[in-house]
Formats: sequence, C-alpha cells, structure tokens
Amino acid sequence: MKARVIVTLKNGVLDPQGKAIEGALGGLGFGDVDSVRQGKVFDVELAGADMSTAKEKLEQMCEKLLANTVIENYAIEID
Amino acid sequence: MKTAVIVFPGSNRDHDMFHALELITGSRPQSVWHAESTLPDVDLVVVPGGFSYGDYLRSGAIAARSPILKDLVAKADNGVSVLGVCNGFQILTEAGLLPGALMRNAGLTFVCKEVLMETVNNATRFSSKFTRGQVWRCPVAHHDGNYFADDETLDRIEDNGQVVFRYADGTNPNGSLNDIAGITNEKGNVLGMMPHPENLVEALHGGLDGRLLFESLATQAA
Repeated sequence: MKARVIVTLKNGVLDPQGKAIEGALGGLGFGDVDSVRQGKVFDVELAGADMSTAKEKLEQMCEKLLANTVIENYAIEID
Repeated sequence: MKTAVIVFPGSNRDHDMFHALELITGSRPQSVWHAESTLPDVDLVVVPGGFSYGDYLRSGAIAARSPILKDLVAKADNGVSVLGVCNGFQILTEAGLLPGALMRNAGLTFVCKEVLMETVNNATRFSSKFTRGQVWRCPVAHHDGNYFADDETLDRIEDNGQVVFRYADGTNPNGSLNDIAGITNEKGNVLGMMPHPENLVEALHGGLDGRLLFESLATQAA
C-alpha cells in the first residue's frame, strides 16, 4: 500500500525559507504570488492492505517522528 | 561532579565538551554512545553540539529517537542535571524534555560568531555563579537556533522563570522569540542553550566567560 504524508508549518509559525522562495518568485516576475509556505512530502510504502490499520500506523509515525507537532501539521493520503 | 556526554553519529562538539568538563571538574567525563541503553550514574549528562544524523528530517529529530534517550528521560525525571548545547538543545526539544522548537535562523544563514548573553535568572543550578543581569560573551555556531513556542507556552516559561539566558544588546543572531538563548524545563534540572559555553573556558579561547555555567553545576553537585 502506498501512502503520502504531507507535513506543513502551522499557521502563525514564521517560515523564513518560504519567505525567501516567495521573494525569489517575485524576482522572476511572478508578481501575483501572495505567499509561499514550505513543507515536506513523504512517500511511504506499507506492507499489508488494511486501510484503517495503515492510517492508524501512519498517524503514529507522524506523531512520533515525521512531524514536530509543536510547529507542524500533517495530512495523510492513502492510495 | 561526575559527568557523561552522549555521542551521536555527527556529533562534533563532544570533544570540546569533554575538555571543558575535565578542566573544570578535574575528572574525565564518560562518553556514552547513543545506541547504549543506560547512562552511568552521574550528576550531569550533556548532549553536545554537532550535526547528529546530518540534520536530516529536522535538526535533532532522529537523535531524539535514539535508544539512549529513554534512559535520559528517566534520569531527567529523577532530577539528574541535563545540559543540551546547540544541537543538544535541538535534541532536547525534539525529545519533549524542553518546550518549543528551534527553527531555521531568520536570516537563513549559518551564524558563527560571538554574541552577548544576559543571565536573566540566576536562581538555577546552571546559573547560580552569575549575577542576575550579568552580560557575558559566548560563541554561537548554528543554522537552526530560532527559538519558537506558541504564545501560551511562551507566557508560561517566562512566568516560571524558565528563560535563563537571553541574547543581549541587539546581538540576537537568529530571530529567536523574546531573544531567548537558553531555557530550562519546569523543574529546572534540564537546560538547553544555542551558544557554546564550552568554547570559552580557558585563556587560549580568548576568555573564561563560559566557565561560570560549569562552575554553577559543580557547586550544586558538591
């Protein structure tokens, strides 16, 4: 089973890297970019086919390692 | 004072820390590999600086899930002193031993320079040899030292006196909230700080300002 975990910064957490990318896009002439926030994507392949077990395990992985929930949110997509 | 230093793949300030601890306590610290399961019986455990696991995922994130961390958390719960410097501070926040998180520096660049520190709380085991408000020199060398915590956490640590060191006189090198350079846990036995006091402990370093932190700990352990 293939899953994708998307980790993004929480609202209110400053993202200096996103700001720098935003500035660079502006410099390339993309003047209509209002804001850029940088995040991370993890593609995880899991053994087993049970959807709810997989989701539960992925949530544990996010809570324990993939995301720092002090500053980040996560979303899980399962194929 | 008996001490131990935890070494991770990618630690690089561990030897600076061995040297400073030996100089000040008179005895060689024990070196503990991260894959061990138990720490020796000591008064102080140090998590040193470096780039554990190459800062993969987030600085300190993977080291914070090392086998030795289980015993470090247990020792911290029992009141043993724990000091995390630079990457050590990142590891302690990732492990949940300290509140908040250390984000990419606001200026996006790695900073390697000297800053001024103000000791804002000298009623801790890490700072008793400083005077309150004492401003001292300390080197920094990091890319992710921008302290962040949500408003509620920030208010709580400020009210509890958990902020021990602040960057002074406009020398904040990383954009950290409230100029925070070093904080303790609620009980006051775990301290994390971005600057490197171990790198200013003898004349050849160009100053002795960092000694006071280790001497505070040695006094407390005596």
